[in-house]
Amino acid sequence: MIFVVPIMQMLILVFAATYDMKRIDLVVVDHDMSENSRHLIAQFDGIPFFHVHHLEQSEKLAEEKLLNDEANAILVFPVDFERNLIRNDESKVQLLINAIESNSAQLIYAYSANIIADFNKNIIAEWKGIPEFTPPVKVEITENYWYNPELDYKWFMAPGILAILVTIIGMFMSGMNLVREKEIGTIEQLNVTPLKKYQFIIGKLVPFWIIGLFDLAFGLTIAWQVFDLPIVGSLFTLFFMAGIYLIGVLGLGLFISTVADTQQQVMFVSFFFMMIFVLMGGIFTPVESMPDWAQSINRLNPIYYFMRVMRMVILKGSGVADLLQELVSLSILGITFLSLAIWRYRKTA
Amino acid sequence: MEKETIISARNLTKKFGHFTANDNLTFEVKKGEIFGFLGANGAGKTTAIRILCGLSSPTSGEVEVAGFDIYRETEKIKKNIGYMSQKFSLYEDLTILENIKLYAGIYGIGRKQRKTKESELLQKLELENVKNKLIGDLPLGWKQKLAFSVAIFHDPKIVFLDEPTGGVDPVTRRKFWDLIYEAANNGITVFVTTHYMDEAEYCDRVSIMNAGKIEALDTPAKLKEKYTATNMDEVFLKIAR
Repeated sequence: MIFVVPIMQMLILVFAATYDMKRIDLVVVDHDMSENSRHLIAQFDGIPFFHVHHLEQSEKLAEEKLLNDEANAILVFPVDFERNLIRNDESKVQLLINAIESNSAQLIYAYSANIIADFNKNIIAEWKGIPEFTPPVKVEITENYWYNPELDYKWFMAPGILAILVTIIGMFMSGMNLVREKEIGTIEQLNVTPLKKYQFIIGKLVPFWIIGLFDLAFGLTIAWQVFDLPIVGSLFTLFFMAGIYLIGVLGLGLFISTVADTQQQVMFVSFFFMMIFVLMGGIFTPVESMPDWAQSINRLNPIYYFMRVMRMVILKGSGVADLLQELVSLSILGITFLSLAIWRYRKTA
Repeated sequence: MEKETIISARNLTKKFGHFTANDNLTFEVKKGEIFGFLGANGAGKTTAIRILCGLSSPTSGEVEVAGFDIYRETEKIKKNIGYMSQKFSLYEDLTILENIKLYAGIYGIGRKQRKTKESELLQKLELENVKNKLIGDLPLGWKQKLAFSVAIFHDPKIVFLDEPTGGVDPVTRRKFWDLIYEAANNGITVFVTTHYMDEAEYCDRVSIMNAGKIEALDTPAKLKEKYTATNMDEVFLKIAR
């Protein structure tokens, strides 16, 4: 399991969890049937991930395709599209987008707007005949994406998935192990010995700490081999921070299991924390765009800090000095959770 | 000849909500004796033994074990006692040797001393050939003998046995009691709960519990005389009724 879990997570999740649109089904309703409308449709068709279906003659039929998920968007040309274009120098098209997934919808809109803008530029150039001087484009933006120059989504996801992997091991395995001893009764035999509370908790912590770091190394190797994930920063920094992070998560897992009596309870509570931590931690959505109250909750979220650490070290090459805030926060959380676990562990019922 | 008292309980009471599991228990156990703690299922034996071992706190009453107070000096008590629970509680996914090493380590027994005691123990229990086998694979009778030996591995002053012979055949039970006698001869006080009345005959003194209260406490011979019974079975039935 210790090997299989990281492999599966890295290979399946990193490939699956992507926002890149691979295929957009666009239904065109062309009431104009003019040269210009066909021209614009051809431009959409020319983009590899746009699959244009220009079959529908009425919006109603096109909407049905949207409803049964055969299409992601509808593009409607009004009857007087070309006439308005020629007469008024402007015209309108309607774009209806399925926005159940708001991220995809925004992407479709952005792509489409770009295509239509291109069409505009060309048409103006064609009509005015002197493309060198008009249209009067003043500023052209050229992008240079730092730290992930090709905007490879996998590079963004892989460190995040790795962070989740380490968290699962930390929270679930330690917690389940301790509560299992409660269930089968071996803990009684330990509780009648003069074993100290902190000795017991540390004994439960160290093996999973080692397993966690080992799995991180393993997952990192897969990411590096399979996704060409560049590891810009130092491995020492990464494992140093991961070590501190793991103490916190393990502490939390152990704390939960000192309170719980059965494995089901541990699963339930750990899952609750896990969901909140992961979804708020910034793996899928940027924390900066969350509301203020959510950002304050994230101050207590170890995954939030660790997710930042992972991405900053792996993609940017940040060192410990750049991660001072994360280091301090993770240390405080680690000490707190661990102390809670030691405090709550009872040798006497 | 008055022997030293090693366990003393005065008005020991344990309540779980409105349910009183132990109701004003008062008894003393002398050093070196085999003290039987009898009672039907649910009479409160396990609750009492868990309190004496420091696994559970009493609701009220004064209790001293091995000269230490049960409320304030629980950890000191734990150094001086051994415990074998009703449920087998060594690690089934570790080998015999690994379990011995673990508990020897916890009680702070040095390597050299451990090795000597370890080989004595394995020889006595005839487990030398399977010492590297997982405990989970052993038959129940062997497990229980091993659990007892591990419980007294650190030479405690008292050993608490909670129904140590539950579910094993009469021959194995007899062998188990040989081990108990041996420990008692070595000066270990034995506090044992059981509901097998033939085992009660092996004890120096027995107390009989019913519904959380101690109904009788004496030597088996005197109890039989008092209740005009031929064996402990009859005594028990008369009291429990």
